[in-house]
Amino acid sequence: MEFGLSDEQRMLAESVRRFADQNVDAERLKALADAGETADTGLVEGLAGLGTLGIVTPEGAGGSAMTLLDACLVQQALGRNAVPAPFTASAILAPIALAAAASGGDWLPRLAAGEARIGVGLSEAAGRRAGTGIELDGERASGTARFVLDGVGADAWMLTTTDGGLILVDADAAGATCVALTTIDRTRSFAEITLKRAPVTLLMQPGADPTLLPRLLAAGRTALAFDSLGACERMLERAVAYAQERKQFGRVIGSFQAVKHLCAEMAADLEPCHSLCWYAAYAAAAYPEEFELMACHAKAHMGEVGQFVARTATEVHGGMGFTHEMGLHYFFKRIGVNRQLLGNPDQVRQHAAALQGWRRAG
Amino acid sequence: MDLKLSERYEDYREAVRVFLEEHRSVWRQPMADSDGRPSAAGRSWQALLIEHGYTCRTIPKQYGGHGGKADILESFIAAEEFHRVGAPTGLANQGISMFVPTLLECGTPEQKERWIRPTISGEIVWCQGYSEPGAGSDLANLQTRAVEDGEDFVVNGQKIWTSSAHFSDMMFVLVRTEPEAPKHHGISYLILSMDTPGIEVRPLKTMTGRAEFNEVFFTDVRLPKTQIVGERGAGWQVANTTLKHERGMLGDPGQANAMLGRVVAIMEEETLDGVRLIEHSGLQDRLLRLQARAQAMKLHGLRLLTHGLKGEDAGVARLIVKLNGTILNHEIAAFAIDVLGELGALYEDSPHLKDRGFWQTTHMFSLGLIIGGGTSQIQKNIISERGLGMPREPKPASKGA
Repeated sequence: MEFGLSDEQRMLAESVRRFADQNVDAERLKALADAGETADTGLVEGLAGLGTLGIVTPEGAGGSAMTLLDACLVQQALGRNAVPAPFTASAILAPIALAAAASGGDWLPRLAAGEARIGVGLSEAAGRRAGTGIELDGERASGTARFVLDGVGADAWMLTTTDGGLILVDADAAGATCVALTTIDRTRSFAEITLKRAPVTLLMQPGADPTLLPRLLAAGRTALAFDSLGACERMLERAVAYAQERKQFGRVIGSFQAVKHLCAEMAADLEPCHSLCWYAAYAAAAYPEEFELMACHAKAHMGEVGQFVARTATEVHGGMGFTHEMGLHYFFKRIGVNRQLLGNPDQVRQHAAALQGWRRAG
Repeated sequence: MDLKLSERYEDYREAVRVFLEEHRSVWRQPMADSDGRPSAAGRSWQALLIEHGYTCRTIPKQYGGHGGKADILESFIAAEEFHRVGAPTGLANQGISMFVPTLLECGTPEQKERWIRPTISGEIVWCQGYSEPGAGSDLANLQTRAVEDGEDFVVNGQKIWTSSAHFSDMMFVLVRTEPEAPKHHGISYLILSMDTPGIEVRPLKTMTGRAEFNEVFFTDVRLPKTQIVGERGAGWQVANTTLKHERGMLGDPGQANAMLGRVVAIMEEETLDGVRLIEHSGLQDRLLRLQARAQAMKLHGLRLLTHGLKGEDAGVARLIVKLNGTILNHEIAAFAIDVLGELGALYEDSPHLKDRGFWQTTHMFSLGLIIGGGTSQIQKNIISERGLGMPREPKPASKGA
């Protein structure tokens, strides 16, 4: 019986944390994010060099066939520094789907090497808004997918269809257009992809593998929860450090209980999130029947805790926390976007209720 | 990550199940008499638990304990199985949980010989005299005084929040013996019999309407000077030795989950306008929020267990448990009251009362647990100071003469 990270997992997380600290310090984050650079070549090469981009990819396809938990620990370490590099779509979601579809062509090794990128659009599978959705007609598809994660500048897009299929579209396919969506988060890109009878590769026929889309959605939600967990850890650390530097009334503000208690509340909320996130990711392989529900719990709960920590850590910094200069806002915004992606907490809780057989009354 | 138990522990779990099944007729009886003292069945059950090592596991055999080695995982499994079937986990007064561990650490051989066996068997019941009206969170500020007089100490003062004082035989008590010493160094740890002349016990009714606690008044209470544990003036340190024994008591991390399961059962059964409450989207949303928190705390308990098994200090992860656990339990009870709606306002012997008022009582009593045993505000001080390394509150400047 062991509920915790293995030595290997701790080393993996530590190596990515070190990489992020060396390559994306506060100055560099500001430079990249303010320039809207979400896929810096050096960072992508560095992540590929660490082997993180092929972390869940099968060994025969250039990856290391590790678990979702391992991949999520990388995601957490990226969230800690708000690293502006595509990871969730190209290194977690696309490889899981391509490996399951067994029709990934040569995409898998190229993704693992950082030579190609795929943007992934699962928002419609989580909850479809009017004016979105992609209809399949033979080998062509039409319609719109929004909030395609890491979609700008990608080589292809992996999208869901309204009837539950999964398709891959080349970025240069005739009839496919990409519009960048500007969000509050400048560290990751989101795209709106519109298809007009664009030729597509069908990765999964509607209904062929009824577990694939739910699993992908759950993996995406879990990864976003870990990203916020990492960002929250950093915000708390910064709040605690700042409270021990800043003086008012002749004392460091961290010696006032009013400020200490804010920090204690953040820690008290955040600590159990580790266990909840670990278990959700671990369940993907170990307890697949619990995976969807646990991913909902992790995503929704991390969304709530994230909102509290993002706000509170900013408040501890006083007026400085509100400035662009302090750079806390990159984390505030990343946490804020994670909360809304693939279903906000309210939406995800409704899903969790449905999964337990509790239907909603009118 | 590996949540499976090795064969040895699976066998242990099976042995616990067999034991509980075999002795069901003992533990189904009331564990306490109407006056609050352990019943005959309660003492028989306690004897069985000690014999099998399900309680008093590491207390030496010579003092009536089980005399075994600590095994956190076995204790955890046993706790899970006991809770699963609702079996009582043994007598639980502060004599057993606090006084005996303190004696084992700081008592003289004679004290251990005399007190431990009858205490853990349930023959002698103890209460704890720590808090005072002016010494709650600031416990070391206690003012009850013991003055030397020949071979005796003479005690005067008042204690409060003394649970079970009205049916206890003995009290372990912190008193000030050296009024000139700094406040943490002027305290002694004494033991006294509750039938000593000069002791008055007044029940203290709480918001639940029951007298769960007492006030205890001391007027010229005499006890021999030998009834001290540890050195004179070292009572604060003696009392604090007990704290490290709390490591072994993990509590039941699944408790919140189990409570929530009972709320779900009500929601699946009760209807409003013909619609089951479980389908009411507002209640559903609140249920799902609590479910995630209860799951997180349960898994957090497994994380702490793992740290314990490896002999690691879990740091801040350990320090948040009292704060989070008590608040979560209270909020689950508050949610249950909302689920019951107007039925949640019923109390005592009212018609239509659900579960014999369990939720109403739990809602109020669990608020007491947020306050008792170190308030949430004290917990936040501990988390920020010991867990996050933030500075202590500076001492107020002393008022100059």
